[in-house]
Order: sequence, then C-alpha cells, then structure tokens
Amino acid sequence: MSLEFSADAQAKIAALCERYLAAGSKQPVVLAALHLAQKEHGHLSDDALKLVARTLDLPYAHVYGVATFYTMFRREPAGTQTIRMCTNISCMLRGGYDVLEAFEQKLGVKRGQSTKDFQLVEEECIAACEYAPCAVVGTKYFHDIKPGDVGKIIDELKASPHPESEVV
Amino acid sequence: MPADMTTKIVTARFGNDAARTIAGYEKTGGYSVLRKALAMKPEDIQNEVKASNLRGRGGAGFATGVKWGFVPKDAKQVHLVCNADESEPGTCKDRLLVFWDPHLLIEGMIIAAHALKAVHNYIYIRGEMMREYLVLEAAVKEAYGKGYLGKNILGTGIEVQLTVHRGAGAYICGEETALLNSLEGMRGQPRLKPPFPAVKGLFGNPTIVNNVETLMNVPAIIEKGGAWFNELGMGRSGGTRIVCVSGHVAKPGVFELPMGITFRKIIDEVCGGVPNGRKVKAVIPGGVSMPPLDDSELDVPCEFDALQTDERIKPVMVRPGQQFDLGGGRMLRSMAGSGGIVVLDDQADIPKATWRIMKFFAHESCGQCTPCREGTGWLEKVARRVADGNGKSTDLELLASIAHGIAGNTICALGDAAAWPMLGFLTKFRADFEAKIKKAAA
Repeated sequence: MSLEFSADAQAKIAALCERYLAAGSKQPVVLAALHLAQKEHGHLSDDALKLVARTLDLPYAHVYGVATFYTMFRREPAGTQTIRMCTNISCMLRGGYDVLEAFEQKLGVKRGQSTKDFQLVEEECIAACEYAPCAVVGTKYFHDIKPGDVGKIIDELKASPHPESEVV
Repeated sequence: MPADMTTKIVTARFGNDAARTIAGYEKTGGYSVLRKALAMKPEDIQNEVKASNLRGRGGAGFATGVKWGFVPKDAKQVHLVCNADESEPGTCKDRLLVFWDPHLLIEGMIIAAHALKAVHNYIYIRGEMMREYLVLEAAVKEAYGKGYLGKNILGTGIEVQLTVHRGAGAYICGEETALLNSLEGMRGQPRLKPPFPAVKGLFGNPTIVNNVETLMNVPAIIEKGGAWFNELGMGRSGGTRIVCVSGHVAKPGVFELPMGITFRKIIDEVCGGVPNGRKVKAVIPGGVSMPPLDDSELDVPCEFDALQTDERIKPVMVRPGQQFDLGGGRMLRSMAGSGGIVVLDDQADIPKATWRIMKFFAHESCGQCTPCREGTGWLEKVARRVADGNGKSTDLELLASIAHGIAGNTICALGDAAAWPMLGFLTKFRADFEAKIKKAAA
C-alpha cells in the first residue's frame, strides 16, 4: 500500500530542506523524515521507507540502510510509549537491572518487547547518571527509581502519556 | 587568579527556570557579549580563544583555538557544528547545560561562527534527548525572532544561521566524523582521517565540531579575556571543569569545579564520600572509555595533562610485564575524557562492571572495521562468562589479546575506547578476575 505524509509533515520536510542547501540534495533531511514517518505510520514498514525515499529523491536502499542503523527507528509495530530504562554502569551500580526486571514483570513482556501501550527498551546511558537508576519516556525523566516504583510509573504514564512521537 | 569552589562560568544559571527564555537570559546579562564580539575582528576572537587555553570538553581535550586555526584561510564556506550527542556512559553534563542555559550555547555558537566566518551552522542533538531538543528548538526560534540569528544579525551585515538536527540513537555519532555523516543523512560511520573536518568536513567544506560545554565557555572568554580564563585553570588547561559524579557516592551530581581539584577531594568533600562505611575500589575518571584509577591514584588532579602524565598513575599493561604502547613507545596512564566520574566501592563486582562496559561497546560498534566489530563482540562474550563465574584459566589472556588486537587498528577511537578500559581493569584489578576464575575451576 502506498503511504503518504500529512500536509503538516510535508511542510516540515520542505522547510527543513531549505536548511541544508550546501548539501546539494535532500539527503540530510532523512533522519527527520524517518522520525516523521514513524510518527505518522507507527513504525517504518517497507512502504514507509519507500515514502521517505520518494519524498527526498533518495534510493530506497539508502533509506533502508539509514533506518536500520539507528536504534530509535523501529521496523515493527510497537507500543505507543517507549520506556527507555538505562542499565549502563552508573545505573547498574545502583540497581538498574532490578528496576528493568520489575518493569518486565509489571508489563508481562521482556526487554525489547512491547505491550499495546508500552515498548520496553534496555537503553544505554541516557546522560542522567547523577539520578541513577533512571529512565526516560519521551520528554519525561524518572529519577532514582526503585523496583517498587514501577507500578506507580506505569499508572502515571497511562494517565499522562509521553509518546516519543509528540516531539517530532 | 585560579578558580575556586564558587567560580561558575557555564553552570551559573542552573536552577534558574526563567533564564531558559530569551527575556530571562537577557535579564542576567545574556547576549551582551555578543554585541562586543560582533564589533571584533574574527581573528581577534580566535586569538582570545587561543590565549584562553580552552580545551575541548567532549573527551579529547584538544586546544579549541588551535582547532579553529586549522580552517584554511581561503575557505569559501565554513560550518560550525555543536556536538550535543552526549552518550559516553557516566557523562551527564551537556544534557543539563542545554536544558538550563540554551541561550548561552546559542550565544557561544554565534560568537564562534563569527570568528570562523561560518554561515550555516548546526547543533546535532542526541535523539533520546527529547525534552532538551524542544528546549533548543524554542530557544533558537526566540533568537531568530530577536535578530540574534539570521541574514543580518543585529544590523551588522553578518549572517549566522543555526539549525537543530536530531539524531536517532547511535553512540558512535558522538565521534565527530560519524556525526558529520549522520548530519549528511547517512549511517553514522566514522570517516578515515586525514582529511580532518577542519579542512574537509560537512558537505566537503571546512567544519569545526565543538562540544556543548566548550562552546558555552566562549562568551565568558570574550567578555573577560583569554588571559583571565587561562589563569582560572591549571597548566595548559584554562577555565573550570565540569565533572559528573555517579555510582557509589553519597551525593552524586554535576559540579563545576576548579581544574586542579583532585579525585579524592571530589569524592570526599564534594560528593560526601562513599556511603555505608565502604571504601573506594575503582574510579572511572572520564567516561567508561578511560582506563580506571585505583584508590592509590586519587590524589591526582582531574586535569587533562595530569591524567596522561602523572607518574602516580600506573601505566596500563597488556599483560604482566608488557606495557601497553600508545604508539612510539608512549605509555597509557589514563585520560580526563568527558568528565564522567564513576565511583565503584570495595563491594562492587569489578568483572561484572567490566562486562557491562564491554556490552556497551559491542552494542555501539558501527561495524565498519573488523577488529572492532568482531573484537568488541568477543570481549563482551568472554567478559560475561568470567563475570558469571564460568571463566576459563586462559580467559584473561584471551581478553588481553583481543583488546590488544583492537587498539590502534580501527578508523575511529571506539575500538580503543573498548580496549583501554578492558586492559585497564585487568591491569589494576587482576585479582578480582582471578578470584572469579578460581571459583569457576573449583
């Protein structure tokens, strides 16, 4: 099925193309266009990649290569909110893995998997080490998390969602 | 006069929510230095920055003024790119700097762009920093609205454009040439150097890539002079130093401190020491890429040159009796890196911590160079079985040999960044690894 961008996304892409004129092509906009395609179509299906390729006059193979390099792009459907739980060294030293496991239990899925509402990601350092262990969900940071806090966090996110697509 | 514990250059507005808006920033003196800078000749700004001994705060500690000086004089088009892709584990300063004081970064960038005669400039911000991306976008928009950015800034005839570019999740994009490839819309794989970006960078044009904290120091240097900034520091390192302290300390945090402060002082006096009556076992001095220090090495200042040359820091070994060679017989002690200090107490599981660091590098290797792509994967696997108590008697030699095979043999420094801590932990905490292996054999 051929996909399209909304008028808003098309306007955003057109404006961005003006910011990289020295490139001589629309290629520098590919990350932004992929973020937009993921926002509007939920994940980057083959058709979504074709849409980006067509919009920016790029080979499909190039767009595929870029989309599969960066960890925030997903090729499969996933929950609307992404919990990025850090387990890197500063968080690990203060119980990050226990918190990740608590999230797994609470959501009933393993790291890397998704429920309808939440994608659970074991994230590398999110640059909030002073508050370890920590997680980021869209624009919202959770600090000094204890395993017992995860129920409260999930409830809070259900009541006041922070999908990453909000930022795009 | 050297900086003291109260000297704040880049963290002065921390905690001041109003300063995030352009009105609040201007109220605290913001954008006043810009007017002064725009009246200066680009060469004079460059000379002040050279005199300041400002060194890159992203990790390498290279002299910023010298880097700027590498741009060819006859360049037709130059770009300035701010590296806000902070993702070195243990480092959490740039995210806060952007969040609390986005206009200081923008003002620093406009001054630097003027000094470099750079028109089209970019901030590359890490994809996961979504809150900070929105803060920056709003601040850039405000700066355009006030005429600080645009075709003819403040009526001076000088054009400075600034675009915020979001990444999408890849540690390697903090490496400056990978960052440029990512900005150009490609996979974030590093480029072979030379040519260096200052000669051939973004879109083939001379490009300066500077860290957030580095650029945020520029307004103060232009306001008070390079000599003043230089005197704040120590040796060949001007200014203050932000450290991010995490792990086993009573009060973790991000602190702007005098350049010459020792690790012991940071841990004991600034961060309230190690809690639960425990002692320091290991300290990662500047992000996980840097070889660790042990408790006997903590009286060294947290300064770029000291960490590389102070003889109180033991050299990293490949194996007992064989010193690691950085090239030309130069030994590796440690480096100041990104300022990310991680403290591990005497109950910490050193092999497990080492495994977690190796897992990180295996995950983040871009896959371009064989020694790194394959080697980091093997480091992770072998370190894991040692940490899990399933190590073999030959595993420490195997880890050393893999790490040694990666170091120096890759296009970018990610390979070294994995090899150095592996060898560093083996050098200084060998007994911890041996104890796990002995247990496995029993």
